[in-house]
Parts: sequence; C-alpha cells; structure tokens
Amino acid sequence: MNGPHDLGGFQGFGPVNPEPNEPYFHGEWEKRALGLTLCCGAMGHWTIDESRHARECIPPANYLAASYYEIWIRALEVLLERHGFASRTEMDEGRKQTPGTTPKRVLVADNVAAVLAKGAPCDRALERQPAFRPGDRVRLRNINPATHNRIPRYAKGKMGVIESLQGSFVYPDDNAHGKGENPQWVYTVVFAAPELWGEGADPAQTISIDAWEPYLERL
Amino acid sequence: MSDHHHHHDHDHDHHHDNRYSDMEARVKALETVLTEKGLVDPQAIDAIVETYETRVGPRNGARVVAKAWTEPEFADWLKRDATAAIASLGFTGRQGEHMRAVFNTPEQHHLIVCTLCSCYPWAVLGLPPVWYKAPAYRSRAVIDPKGVLEEFGVTLPEGTSIRVWDSTAELRYLVVPMRPEGTDGWSAEALADLVTRDSMIGTGLALSPEAGR
Repeated sequence: MNGPHDLGGFQGFGPVNPEPNEPYFHGEWEKRALGLTLCCGAMGHWTIDESRHARECIPPANYLAASYYEIWIRALEVLLERHGFASRTEMDEGRKQTPGTTPKRVLVADNVAAVLAKGAPCDRALERQPAFRPGDRVRLRNINPATHNRIPRYAKGKMGVIESLQGSFVYPDDNAHGKGENPQWVYTVVFAAPELWGEGADPAQTISIDAWEPYLERL
Repeated sequence: MSDHHHHHDHDHDHHHDNRYSDMEARVKALETVLTEKGLVDPQAIDAIVETYETRVGPRNGARVVAKAWTEPEFADWLKRDATAAIASLGFTGRQGEHMRAVFNTPEQHHLIVCTLCSCYPWAVLGLPPVWYKAPAYRSRAVIDPKGVLEEFGVTLPEGTSIRVWDSTAELRYLVVPMRPEGTDGWSAEALADLVTRDSMIGTGLALSPEAGR
C-alpha cells in the first residue's frame, strides 16, 4: 500500500540528528513495548508480514508523529484485537473482561534466549527455476495495491539491473493477508541514482532494493 | 440525528488521540491485561530487554569485522556466506537469519537503510538507534546519501562512489568498513575497539588508532 511508512525520497523531515551516546531505551515503557511486541509475536498467531502491514495501516498523521515504539504498540493493539486476544476496552482499562483467544504458546522467561537465538528464518525451498539472472535488465512493476507490498514508491516503474539472486523467500504480499507463504525468488536490483531521482542526481551513485520475482518485468 | 452523530465522532476522535498521549500508562495497561490473561510473562519481557541491553549489540558486529580484517579466509567466507560465517562466532537468531556482508573499498562506500520500516541486523548490531527508524534518515538516505553522511561527519574522498542498500526484503546487511591505516600487527581484539556501530551501518568510518585510544 502507498502508506505513510514508504518514506524513501520524501522531503522536509530535516536533519538526521543522531543522539551522542544514545541509550538503548528512552523510558521504561519502551523496554516493555519491545518485550510485549516480541512476546505477543511469539504466540504464533500472526506473521511478521501481518505485523508490518498493521504498522503501515496507522493513519499517516499519527504514523509520522509517533515514535517507533509507539508505532509498534498501536499496531500490536490492532493485532491483539483482530485475533481476539483483547478488546479495545480491555486494553484501555488494563483489565480482563473475557478470556479471549487461547494462544498456541506463551513465551516464558526460560525460553527467551533459545527463541531469540533461533530467530525465524523465512527462506523456503523452491523447485522452479529463477526467471532472471545477474546482469538482466528489469523494470519494477508499477503496481499500487492497497494491500501489503514491499516495492518502495520511488522504484516503481524504474529500470534497474539484477545484481544477484539472493534465494527464495516467503512472499510478504500473500503472507501478510493469510494467503500462505507462496515463496518466490528474491533478487538484488541496482538502480543508477539518475534513474530514480532524475536531473542533478550523481551518476556514480547507486541504490539497490531486494525484490521478489513477481515485482519484476523483463526489459 | 446528524448533530448527534458528529458529536459522537468528535468524542471518539478526542478519545483516540488521548489514548497514546501517555505511553507509560498505555503500555502499563496493556502489559497488565495481557499478563492477567496469561498471554505474556513479565519475566520474559525482562529477559528480552536484558538480552539487548547486555548481550546482543554492536560489539558482536565489531568482532566479525575485526576477524575479517585479520583473517583473509574468514573475510572470504563472510563474502560468500555471511550468515554461516557470522554464526560461527555464535551470533545467530532474530533479525540476523539471512545476513549479507558488504565490504567498503576505496572505490565504493556502502550505506544501509530500510525506507519501509526499520529492518536492521539485530544479531550483530543489537537494537537500531532512534535515528535509523525515524523519517529523516529513512527518507533521505536514498535521495541524499552524501548530505546524510556529511551530517555524520563523513566526507568521502573524490572518486569514492556511494552504494545505498534499501533493506526491502529479509536480507540484513552488515557493512565491513575499511581497516584503518597504522594498525598493522594489531590483534583482532584491539581492532574491534575501532569498529563503531555507525561504521557497520555506513554512516561512519572505522576509528583511526589515535581516535580509538
């Protein structure tokens, strides 16, 4: 979707302002927000793709005004409500009213180290051959679904070159919406800056994205 | 009826805005109800926080880089199969499942961003800093990388081109900065002190021996 998350090339946000010796967390609530997001994800009722889409669906004015952990919490609440774990009222009041959905599993402290060290690999074997090879010239499809998609707006319709085949991975466009993993080949596609940004862009500068095969058309 | 409807909408909006005005209270309420429902274990949250405050951070990535600087075979492995090479040092897991290492050279400087969210190689760099997740960096890294680097105090020599990697899929990138001059014979352990977090994102360079002291 063309949501507020798709920020590449957006202008007007000012300088980056890195904070010297930045602490890991700004306030106790950020620690809890991180932990809650990971613990709820570990219940296994939604995928990382569904989580990302929930964040993208935050109304633009709210998304751009929020800190990143606030974005996570807003999306987490949507997911908890959607999957029947907690109602808006329960989350507003901090009090249980009904039991709600029974989780597949609950992450307990003793399992945290193992779960984090294991991660959640999303590469999947694929029998069919990749359609493109390194060196192939391609165009990023100009598609604008209102659903989850990982083509940044700045690359849509632009011409690039396949630099490498990165493997086959879960396809977020389907997985975010409960349509299965439908794995696809993923390629690194390189663009010259002038192709993306036009006049005045440095021709020696390059930008790459990682694109699933259905995003690409051959030139 | 129409007036009533508008009034209701106004109340709703007002309520909605207030919902996130006090994040401490908001998150506390959420943790309370989820704990009461048996969905989260507060001690698991403590363990997650402790992991990223004390064990998983840029020190991991610095060890990878220093090893690549001192052992050509390891550097080679890191180029070919970063996930396995990094895992050999014990750095695996969440947001490090599919790693790629990109090596800076005098000709090319690499810069990593995630314009669509906040993809970051947690297993080697820990949690991303606020600026990495904020709109200014995400929007500008792809259209004005040179300007962004200048804000970080990095000016590249004439003839060094910039390559920006937008992490739009599940690959996570680690920049291997160039080894600073004047470090011949240094141990990997000493070299790791010169490898900053920003140098592994590409918004910095490795420290010089003088700056590292």
